[in-house]
Amino acid sequence: MIVELGHFALILALLVALLQAVVPMVGAARGWADWMRVAVPAAGVQFALTLAAFLALMHAFVVSDFSVRLVADNSHSLKPMIYKVAGTWGNHEGSMLLWVLILTLFGAMVAFWGGNLPPGLRARVLAVQATIAAAFLGFILLTSNPFARLVDPPFDGNDLNPLLQDPGLAFHPPFLYLGYVGLSMAYSFAIAALIEGRVDAAWARWVRPWTLLAWMFLTIGIAMGSFWAYYELGWGGWWFWDPVENVSFMPWLLSTALLHSAIVVEKRDALKSWTILLAILAFSFSLIGAFVVRSGVITSVHAFASDPERGVFLLMILGAFIGGSLTLYAWRAPVLRSGAVFSVVSRESGLVVNNLLLVVATLVVFFGTIWPLLAEMLAGRKVSVGPPFFDLAFTPFIVALAVILPPFSILPWKRGSLARAMSPLWGVLALSVALGALAWSLQTGGAMLAPVGITLAAWLVLGAFADIASRIRLSRAAPAESLRRALNLPRADWGKAIAHAGLGVSIFGIACITAWASEDIRAMKPGDSFPVAGYVLRLDGVEHSTGANYSADTATIAILRDGAEIGTLHPEKRFYPVQRMPTTEAAIDRGLTRDLYVALGDPQEDGGWAVRTYVKPFANWIWIGALIMAAGGATSLTDRRYRVGAPARRAQRAAAAATPAE
Amino acid sequence: MPGPRAFALALALSVAPLAAPAVQPDEILTDPGLEARARAITAELRCVVCQAESIDDSNAEIARDLRLLVRERLTEGDSDAEVLAFVTDRYGEFVLFRPPFTWRNAVLWLSGPLFLLLGAGLAFAYVRRRSTAPAPPRPPLTPEERARLEALTNE
Repeated sequence: MIVELGHFALILALLVALLQAVVPMVGAARGWADWMRVAVPAAGVQFALTLAAFLALMHAFVVSDFSVRLVADNSHSLKPMIYKVAGTWGNHEGSMLLWVLILTLFGAMVAFWGGNLPPGLRARVLAVQATIAAAFLGFILLTSNPFARLVDPPFDGNDLNPLLQDPGLAFHPPFLYLGYVGLSMAYSFAIAALIEGRVDAAWARWVRPWTLLAWMFLTIGIAMGSFWAYYELGWGGWWFWDPVENVSFMPWLLSTALLHSAIVVEKRDALKSWTILLAILAFSFSLIGAFVVRSGVITSVHAFASDPERGVFLLMILGAFIGGSLTLYAWRAPVLRSGAVFSVVSRESGLVVNNLLLVVATLVVFFGTIWPLLAEMLAGRKVSVGPPFFDLAFTPFIVALAVILPPFSILPWKRGSLARAMSPLWGVLALSVALGALAWSLQTGGAMLAPVGITLAAWLVLGAFADIASRIRLSRAAPAESLRRALNLPRADWGKAIAHAGLGVSIFGIACITAWASEDIRAMKPGDSFPVAGYVLRLDGVEHSTGANYSADTATIAILRDGAEIGTLHPEKRFYPVQRMPTTEAAIDRGLTRDLYVALGDPQEDGGWAVRTYVKPFANWIWIGALIMAAGGATSLTDRRYRVGAPARRAQRAAAAATPAE
Repeated sequence: MPGPRAFALALALSVAPLAAPAVQPDEILTDPGLEARARAITAELRCVVCQAESIDDSNAEIARDLRLLVRERLTEGDSDAEVLAFVTDRYGEFVLFRPPFTWRNAVLWLSGPLFLLLGAGLAFAYVRRRSTAPAPPRPPLTPEERARLEALTNE
């Protein structure tokens, strides 16, 4: 019954979405205020209905209702509760429903907090948002109905893929989707602006916080995915340039570019049509991501044919939204001419270069990702494009970005001088090169990867500090004066420094783990020990046990330093009987300077066990850096100018109190 | 989308188990120099039955056979290029994670530099135009804005 109610709610949500897609759009075109206002309650109702459907599905998973096909296919009565809940989105149908749920959530937020938007703009934004929702609700209902029942329910379910039975499943997809779908806001605002033929500072001020929010979620979501893969896959890889990763990385790169170009629109009324294009592209790549993963087209052209109904439907949605928006763009963008004047050396130009590098980097990833598909379709060749290509073709752009970032981000608007921008940075440059040289002299081999990476990382982190220090006249003015300046510095400027430093921290981790990771693979018997990176590891024994829905062999490995035991690790090999699948649960002794990563391999013929040990220097800095970037975004978001949905009333009250702004 | 590879696999309903890391203790060569070369080569070769995995990471039986084959060739004195050619001759270009720089792959390899040149040209033209353009007149208010302005000033 609850399942049918959920299905029914989803159908109603589609009807409301169709209404919301048409009525406010017509109202905005005709100037009928009451038609425009329909969008607001409709967005709320649409969200409530989708939420009801989602909760109904989750309920079916929680109570293990195996008469629902999706639950029977993807759950099991013995599965721990957290994976029953998270298992709701651990499959195609459920994850699409989560996708739409978040889409309607964003629509509802605009409806709720959009009181200070011009009514026409709000109506159009919500109408576009509802059009996307209608397309995907239609997709779910017609091709991927999560509520389909089985005539003959099985006694128990097929269980969830063991690799997904991890706390990561509870957090990683929702965050990633909040990011992907959050970019729909920028898209809807871009389409509305194209229809209106107007892009101004107020528009940018509205788009930026939404993009920033989506970008933060995407940053955290991708970092969590990388972190999850690192410990789950059993050998400490953290990024694979897998097509599925690439399609999440491309929207991230583009939304990063969008964040920066929207600043130029807001502050300088330039780069308008470019920003619109980026907004369209950023969400388009999110859609491409959904398409690629769902249709399996990248894996092989043939995988696409295995479920043509879904693939074709998604391709049509993709064509309509990407093609339609680009056509609208080609038609309307010429209206958006802006006349801002700035010199060749200025922050505007700096941000243009930032956008150039990010977009070209995105295109390289895109080309590498679709190349196998192109080669197979056009030339009938089967080729692969993997990590060695991406490392070589992509990295130079990020290196270039890191090199120019500190001085370009200090340049003033309109007209600047590189010499003046560099003046607070010469010391930073010298120190960064010195740190790189130190790293080079400490390492035994001659590879330049770690020294260059460390130089860049220090350049970014210290450069961000130097920017703030010069802004608050640290050590040049009295400490009290500096403190006053620091407190008065806009949050957006703090956010910028924090996010840029976070990039440096990530680059540091990436350079160190790539250059200096070491591994040891050996067969061990209980009692054996061996030295690794200044520690001694001793295998004390391997025990067999049974978990909720798996059986496990768990090793006990002692970590010794200078003869004293400083910890134990319990790497595990599990076997999930329902899915007939083994998994490796690595044991990691985490630290700021290194991770000691041990995975248990197969039993050997002589009664021993294969044991793999990896020392991953500074691994955690990769994800800490990503969190710092997201924290920078959050800091920026609290800037009073961009506060998400600071209700109009509060702004009015502040104005009434007559506190001078800025 | 989620859980990089893991989730992709689950969603694509692909079956390649990713569980244990690949290289077995008995495969490792005693000569550390040769072994290092073998690892570098196997990281560049794609497992033919898995999804986007190198034979170095793969658990599949055929990946193990290939790892042993690579080590065998190296022990017999083949150069890295000869080993790669040996494997490619048998399994095709598909197994190379780094597409060779041939004219057929030129578009792929040159895409980055070409886009950069093109983009840099466009960006420079744009910036030049902006730096020499005369300051624009302010855009006039829309009727909506004028109405709002009047409403505000009348308050």
